[in-house]
Amino acid sequence: MILPLIVFFACAIAAVVGAIFLILAREPIHSALSLILVMISLAVLYLLLGAPFVAAIQILVYAGAIMVLFVFVIMLLNAGVEERTDWSKIAKWVGFPLGSVLLVEIAYWLFHSEPGTAIANGAAAPPPASTFELSTALFRQYLFPFEATSILILIAILGAIVLARKDE
Amino acid sequence: MEFISQHPVLVVSLVKIALTLFVVMTALAYLTWFERKVVARMQSRWGPYYVGAHGLLQPLADGVKFLFKEDITPPSSDIITYILAPFLALVLALTAIALIPIGPTDVLILGQPVYAVSNVNIGLIFLFSITSLGVYGVALAGWSSNSKYPLMGGLRSSAQMISYEVSLTLSVVGVLLLAGTLNLSDIVSGPNGQTGHWFHLIPKWNVFPQIVGFLCYIIAAIAETNRVPFDLPEAETELVAGFHTEYSSFKFAMFFMAEYANMITVSSLATILFFGGWLSPFGGGEWEKFIPVVIFLGLAIYCMFEIVTELQAILHKLQFTIVVGLFLALAAVCFFFPHYAMPPFWFVLKIAIFMFFYVWARGTLPRFRYDQLMSFGWKLLLPVSLANLVVTAAVWLVMHP
Repeated sequence: MILPLIVFFACAIAAVVGAIFLILAREPIHSALSLILVMISLAVLYLLLGAPFVAAIQILVYAGAIMVLFVFVIMLLNAGVEERTDWSKIAKWVGFPLGSVLLVEIAYWLFHSEPGTAIANGAAAPPPASTFELSTALFRQYLFPFEATSILILIAILGAIVLARKDE
Repeated sequence: MEFISQHPVLVVSLVKIALTLFVVMTALAYLTWFERKVVARMQSRWGPYYVGAHGLLQPLADGVKFLFKEDITPPSSDIITYILAPFLALVLALTAIALIPIGPTDVLILGQPVYAVSNVNIGLIFLFSITSLGVYGVALAGWSSNSKYPLMGGLRSSAQMISYEVSLTLSVVGVLLLAGTLNLSDIVSGPNGQTGHWFHLIPKWNVFPQIVGFLCYIIAAIAETNRVPFDLPEAETELVAGFHTEYSSFKFAMFFMAEYANMITVSSLATILFFGGWLSPFGGGEWEKFIPVVIFLGLAIYCMFEIVTELQAILHKLQFTIVVGLFLALAAVCFFFPHYAMPPFWFVLKIAIFMFFYVWARGTLPRFRYDQLMSFGWKLLLPVSLANLVVTAAVWLVMHP
């Protein structure tokens, strides 16, 4: 089928362009919008991979909740245009090469992983997991990591409140 | 013909999309007429009267006016975002409608369901994920205008939509527990759906066990769609017109259409979740096809009466004759094809009742103050919908050990 390929490349290009524009844009709102573009492209990619639930949650949580708060805070603070600086030395001489190495490494493992090669050679993708299966796995098999994550997030929220509170 | 039989999904989907778009756009236009007429009646005025008989052509005139007005872009605005915002608002509002099923899934044409543009298995979550993006239209419009009032309106509106979205989503979870599915069609007529009656009398609609959830939903829904009494983003006396102050011409019209489309979506969802969607309140007997026939014939007779006694201009008489023909045609369709016509009839009737409720609220209620709005949303609505969820879950656990 040619249609999934077209959709895949359109979304992949949109995601990469959005990610680049996110860094390059000087207006904070434009950066936020680019990030939303990345999130939505990723959601469509999840949909292509046969994970509609993850796709919907990706849009609902990231684009619909977290990024809304980002945009809201940027608007509320009326954040001005970003100032450009020359790259820091660490970013230039350590960060950039390390990032490139990581990218190559990920690409290498993706091309050589077993499910990756199988699907590239035309094997059928696994059937989409139903919401029931997903929630059973989440609340039975992975209950402890799930609850641990929620406690971690709660601690993070409390930490944010403590840090942001004015001393009286 | 060969192409059609080879690609039934593509062809049927495109036809359904085109039809839905046409029907929804017309409905949006005439909703403005309906609203103005009803509010006028509540305030002892006539409302639109002169463009067409009883103002029937007013929506058309408004549309033409919006198209031909000068499109002003403030020079200091952020141009891309300024143009993006109304498109985002309208596109998201219309996309959400594509997920709404208006009839049973077993009525097929070319092997495809007739009554839903897309029957998604996790339809409810998709619907919420699309409507949750609706905030961007408002927020970006307010920000990109680069002006004081729109920014304040956009901020207020985003804060309001974020706050009430929590209650909106939570109030629906009770229904999800009862239905045990996220598929909108199955919520209406699935194994745990809303078919059948209690004591052969009361229809098994979710509104009865979930009355608290429904009240939370409808309040949060009115706030989500920025309507009276929660229309703070466009509080005229304080903010001129809120987030769309700087918009003119068709971009303004797009915000307007998005608002009405959102009203339709929210009402459809309320109908599906709480009022049995396309199901009839009487159990769907053969005699029921006479209900729409009687209603439409009555409307036709009223219009004929109007032609004879009230209307003076020959053009107005002609327009009302067309309306009479339309009602007669609808009556005929309902009578001769009840299998196809009855589910959409009930669905549209229920939505119409919700629309009237919206207009009624607008005609009678004063606006909330901003701090009242926030404390109401967070301190009352959220705890109540949470409590509703907990109680529903507990009762469900007791009944299904």
